[in-house]
Amino acid sequence: MEKKFDDDMLVCRCEEITVGEIRQAIAEGALDVVGVKRRTRAGMGLCQGKTCEKMVQQILAQELCIGPEQTGSSSIRPPVRPITFGTLAGGIK
Amino acid sequence: MLNREVVIAGAGPAGLAAAIEAAKAGAQVLVVDLNIKPGGQLFKQIHKFFGSSAHRSGIRGMDIGTQMLAEAEKYGVEIWINSAVIGLYSDKIVSIERGLENGEKELVNIQAKKVILATGASENVVRFKGWTLPGIMGAGAAQTMINVNRVKPGKKVVMLGSGNVGLIVSYQLMQAGCDVVALVEAAPKIGGYGVHASKIRRAGVPIYTSHTIIEARGTDRVSEVTIAELDSKWQPIPGTEKVLECDVVTLAAGLKPISDLVRLHDLDLTFNAVFGGWVPKHNRDMESTQSGIYVAGDTTGVEEANTALEEGRLSGVAAAEALGYLTAEQAKELKDDIWERLDGLRMGPFGEKRMFAKNDILADFPACVK
Ligand SMILES: Cc1cc2nc3c(=O)[nH]c(=O)nc-3n(C[C@H](O)[C@H](O)[C@H](O)COP(=O)(O)OP(=O)(O)OC[C@H]3O[C@@H](n4cnc5c(N)ncnc54)[C@H](O)[C@@H]3O)c2cc1C
Repeated sequence: MEKKFDDDMLVCRCEEITVGEIRQAIAEGALDVVGVKRRTRAGMGLCQGKTCEKMVQQILAQELCIGPEQTGSSSIRPPVRPITFGTLAGGIK
Repeated sequence: MLNREVVIAGAGPAGLAAAIEAAKAGAQVLVVDLNIKPGGQLFKQIHKFFGSSAHRSGIRGMDIGTQMLAEAEKYGVEIWINSAVIGLYSDKIVSIERGLENGEKELVNIQAKKVILATGASENVVRFKGWTLPGIMGAGAAQTMINVNRVKPGKKVVMLGSGNVGLIVSYQLMQAGCDVVALVEAAPKIGGYGVHASKIRRAGVPIYTSHTIIEARGTDRVSEVTIAELDSKWQPIPGTEKVLECDVVTLAAGLKPISDLVRLHDLDLTFNAVFGGWVPKHNRDMESTQSGIYVAGDTTGVEEANTALEEGRLSGVAAAEALGYLTAEQAKELKDDIWERLDGLRMGPFGEKRMFAKNDILADFPACVK
């Protein structure tokens, strides 16, 4: 990968995961977005990967020499937008 | 649990058009949007639209939004703003965090008969050293700040990307009183339409093609960026670096369809580079691989407001037909008209590749659905 992406560059802002940590996860066997997420927590924060998922896909594609469609995407669980515990505690109408 | 015949996620041009068509045919429709105002991207678009006159070119996006809202109201469409669809469960139960007038939120589950997902697209970010510094944001975010909230993002702006979004937002930033220092474009050519580019040029703003941002620096926020020229392999050429002083960097590097609800519900997806990545498979009724769940607009592939609007109409007509509010003949007549307009919009040097991409997606629809 090009040198302009230093290992200390942040990729996932919510969980503060760097390029280096993602490269290491790939070196340890991560093959797709879910693999990186399970090893590093990239994409598990408040925004649920809305910002970083594409960058994680780019790093995977570059490191593994695969196409973007082979890098996968995150599994999604509700709530798909952040809500407060207060709202949840109010029960469901 | 509440009941509604049609529940639509997203009140952009696609969601509103779907609502209007379904309600016009007689269906009971609820549209949910997380913004404080319905209209999606339309109310940010203070510029006149391009395209043919049959497609409201020459009209400003925000005026199209106002017209659509009036029509939705006329047909009795219910709109919940400040409310997010947070889940979609089996048998079409839609979970919503509803914003109440007193500022509180409550969770509501709705049993829908038909669901239309029209959640639009989100902006791509670009990595360079320092990309997380305050002052660096999406071009669409800057556009929302100036045109909706009337807040300037800063004084001196460097725009990355020269597609239509980059060009239009640069011009609007100047209209809002910001100083646009330069546009930086990695490709050897300007991406957007000539009419928009010439407005920038006339204002004397340089557009650096075959250039990219190498690094952003600053302490509390960005204060300068280094740009450099790229060779034919997209690698920076040493010695070509320039430093530009700025307090805002806006990224106009394309959009990707928002597919969270689609993925949550296990609708089949297909990868399409022209449309910005993973998109839900759908048929000519805009119905996904699960019957009764429809998709429309930028969610199905990043295009433009007009195509979003027509796709929304298709899904609204198809949902009304499936609910028995339109006969097959009535629906066919409406759908044929819409497809004719859609085909017209997907022509010419900019449209044709979207026509091919759409045809690929339609051809990829499984013969038997869940
Ligand atoms: C700067 C700029 C200039 C443009 N200029 C033109 C132009 O000149 N001509 C043209 O034809 N097109 C133009 N476009 C493109 C056009 O704006 C979009 O293609 C169009 O708005 C897509 O419509 P949509 O309804 O699919 O999505 P959107 O308009 O994005 O609406 C989606 C809505 O869904 C809501 N939403 C998302 N997720 C949820 C959820 N979970 N719950 C509730 N609500 C949700 C969002 O808040 C949003 O309001 C421009 C775009 C930009 C950014």
